[in-house]
Amino acid sequence: MSEHAEHAEHEINYVKVWAILLGLLVVSILGPFLGIKAVTLITAFGIAIVKAYLVAKNFMHLNIEPRYAVYLLVTMLVFMFLLFAGSAPDIMKHEGRNWVKPIVHAEAQAPAHH
Amino acid sequence: MRPIATTRMAAGIPTGRLAVWWVVASEIVIFGGLLVSYIMHRLARPEWGDHAANTNVWIGGFNTFVLLTSSLSAVLAHKAAVSGNGPKAAKLLYATFVGACTFVIVKAFEWSMEISHGYTISSNTFWSFYYTAAGLHALHVIAGAVIMLIVAQTAKRNLELHRVELIGIYWHFVDIVWIFLFPLLYIAK
Amino acid sequence: MAESIPADATHGHHDHHHTEPSFWSKYVFSTDHKMIAMQYMFTGMAMGLIGAFMAYAFRMQLAFPGISVPGYGTVNPGNYNALITNHGAIMIFWVAMPVLIAAFGNYLIPLMVGCDDMVFPKINRLSYQIFLLSAVVLIISLFVPGGGFGGAWTAYPPLSAKAEYSLTGAGSSIWLVAVALEFVAFLLGGINFVTTAMNSRAPGMKIFDIPIVVWTIVVASILFMASVGPLIAGAVMLFMDQRIGTAFFDPVKGGDPILWQHLFWFFGHPEVYVVLLPAMGITADIMCVFSRKKMFAYKTFLYTIFATGVLSFTVWAHHQFVAGIDPRMANIFTVTTLLISIPIAEMCFIYIATLYGGSIRLTTPMLWALAFVAEFLIGGVTGIFLGASGADIYFHDTYFVLAHFHYTFFPIAIIGTFAGFTYWFPKMFGKMMNETLGKIHFWGTIIPFNCIFIPLFMLGAAGQNRRLYSFQHYPELAGQGMQDLRIFATVSLLVMLAFQLVFFYNCFISWKKKQKDAGPNPWKANTLEWSAESPPPHGNWPELPTVYRGPYEYSVPGREEDYFPQNVPG
Repeated sequence: MSEHAEHAEHEINYVKVWAILLGLLVVSILGPFLGIKAVTLITAFGIAIVKAYLVAKNFMHLNIEPRYAVYLLVTMLVFMFLLFAGSAPDIMKHEGRNWVKPIVHAEAQAPAHH
Repeated sequence: MRPIATTRMAAGIPTGRLAVWWVVASEIVIFGGLLVSYIMHRLARPEWGDHAANTNVWIGGFNTFVLLTSSLSAVLAHKAAVSGNGPKAAKLLYATFVGACTFVIVKAFEWSMEISHGYTISSNTFWSFYYTAAGLHALHVIAGAVIMLIVAQTAKRNLELHRVELIGIYWHFVDIVWIFLFPLLYIAK
Repeated sequence: MAESIPADATHGHHDHHHTEPSFWSKYVFSTDHKMIAMQYMFTGMAMGLIGAFMAYAFRMQLAFPGISVPGYGTVNPGNYNALITNHGAIMIFWVAMPVLIAAFGNYLIPLMVGCDDMVFPKINRLSYQIFLLSAVVLIISLFVPGGGFGGAWTAYPPLSAKAEYSLTGAGSSIWLVAVALEFVAFLLGGINFVTTAMNSRAPGMKIFDIPIVVWTIVVASILFMASVGPLIAGAVMLFMDQRIGTAFFDPVKGGDPILWQHLFWFFGHPEVYVVLLPAMGITADIMCVFSRKKMFAYKTFLYTIFATGVLSFTVWAHHQFVAGIDPRMANIFTVTTLLISIPIAEMCFIYIATLYGGSIRLTTPMLWALAFVAEFLIGGVTGIFLGASGADIYFHDTYFVLAHFHYTFFPIAIIGTFAGFTYWFPKMFGKMMNETLGKIHFWGTIIPFNCIFIPLFMLGAAGQNRRLYSFQHYPELAGQGMQDLRIFATVSLLVMLAFQLVFFYNCFISWKKKQKDAGPNPWKANTLEWSAESPPPHGNWPELPTVYRGPYEYSVPGREEDYFPQNVPG
């Protein structure tokens, strides 16, 4: 129990945070119904980022952990971004100057469904 | 018999919690690797929107609600443990466990529905990623649920109450993974 | 408050009531970090013998194509592929990692930071059990119908994904399971190493008082934990491609084999630094002790360890230069690859500067440490050729690459191991090893080692490709001059293997000695493990030490002794 003396618990109203999370969930589900792609993207992924931040801050108490815990987790995310940056030029293209991915290329050329 | 090593705190956090952060860090790169692979494909293949249209956003949304609520009960369990109330913490952990079971059952129902419509793991690469990502996540849900039960059993007797926070941190991480899986698999159509 | 993850039946209390533990609880199911270290060490060395036998078999085939290899039989293309695949996988995953990280890490970290065990002894035991299981599963994979997996340790699909190509349907999947289990074992183990080093340091041991070998093992564990995730995801995907008909990597069904390559090498490159760093740490500590000098630039060395770790995540696609990746990315990866040679060269300069002006004692461990630097330098310099994407167009997949990575891996896994083992043997067993036998073993390993791999550099530069069971079908590679080089390399391997008997003999007679002649600190070193008995009892010290200074205070002016242990007040 004494370990939490150094773990000064601010009076977070967990139920209030939960209610906000649910509200954001509803918005993110309804977003696509507007039909605007940009809005869908923001409501889907922007809200996901906000929700993740709220859970990390308020439920995992990352705001009162020693800073290096946050740095550790953020570094892992940076590595994932590195993986994306290093692989995307090969994975995301379906044709190059001297090569083509036949199946993927064909699917991409197929008439748009929506 | 616990070694003295376990009780030291030169880095400023109790060893159990320090270890859980390392676990979460290594899990970030496991899910990260899978999701980066999926995202690269999804961004490059707009035609996957057609496949993704067949996932059910209401079931996905319900499961998101279940996990968010179970995160609430997990953190309330931690609050109870901090104030020394083992039995209350255990009850809240059991509630979280029920949430986990609900999630898995709903997912089982969802998957059998999708499979019966012909969307199997080998139908096409979108569905392969869908089942793999959600499946890996579900495995983590099940593992977390089992550990939660074990922690609750000891917490009930006011023993090892610090473990309530530790399983809670893991559980919140599992929740956060789903927070990203939901838009990736269900909303991006 | 006391913490540990699995439920403990009893609360902690610190005097250990000595009812004599049974054989099973002392040797098989122990949670003592020193016993677990021994388990990892011996399992790793046993797997090393298996990996070496595989090398023997395939090198005999290359030197004397078509003959029946004594002790193995005829090596046909399928066998050959399985031999080279498993030689590589075993040496990296089941020898280098368990010995350098798990064995030395388990043994040394609690002792060097001054505590009584790892923070999670039961998870430690579990990690070894999973590791042992992974080794057993790997060996099983060699004997199932179809034989062992033969798709190279890099397991590129479609060869690794489709049984009709690999012809080893069962073996391929079981191999993947073995590798996955090994990853889980090291993830679990790594948590112990990192948490113990961060949290359980003795009072007074500040960040810059931690011995370099502890730092390198901890950073290696962190690198492993941060890099293996994408490959775990990839392995799951490959397993499903093999078994349930998904097509993550199958181009025929819209998958991408290059995705596997990226996922594999994103891990595969940091992995080589995972094994390199502990070997460099062992070398650093040994050099300070046997030149009676403080390390030339401890903080710089530490920062270069961190820099190497971070940079290692930015170089991976140099393994894929000729796979058809975007050439602009190849440019970027060339730059990062050449950059990473700088911190490593820096560490080698620090070694040399540490030795300069020191009072050098050429004991067996010191010989191994010096050989590590010399041989690794050759490996590192040849890496520069390979890191330049233009030159790599020629060198990729030739024996030049193979000789390069053996000039790096052999110092890491073999020289580094012998350095550490001969140095810490007196602590582990309480007895000194025979110096003469040690030196015979040393020269009998190092000279043949160079005789094996310098010819392979030459063969590689002449265009000899990797992963071919015989060169008799290639007129430009089948000349007698080249075959002579192959024979010379193989015979050197036989000589080197023979000299390993000297090592085992030395271990055996030293261990069997009646008298514990080592005492606590035979090398007159400073780090904390030398203040415990040899071997340390359960709990390591009756009273845990306090630390008063850094680990490298040798030849301090004004002191009568030329060393100043960390735990001695003053």
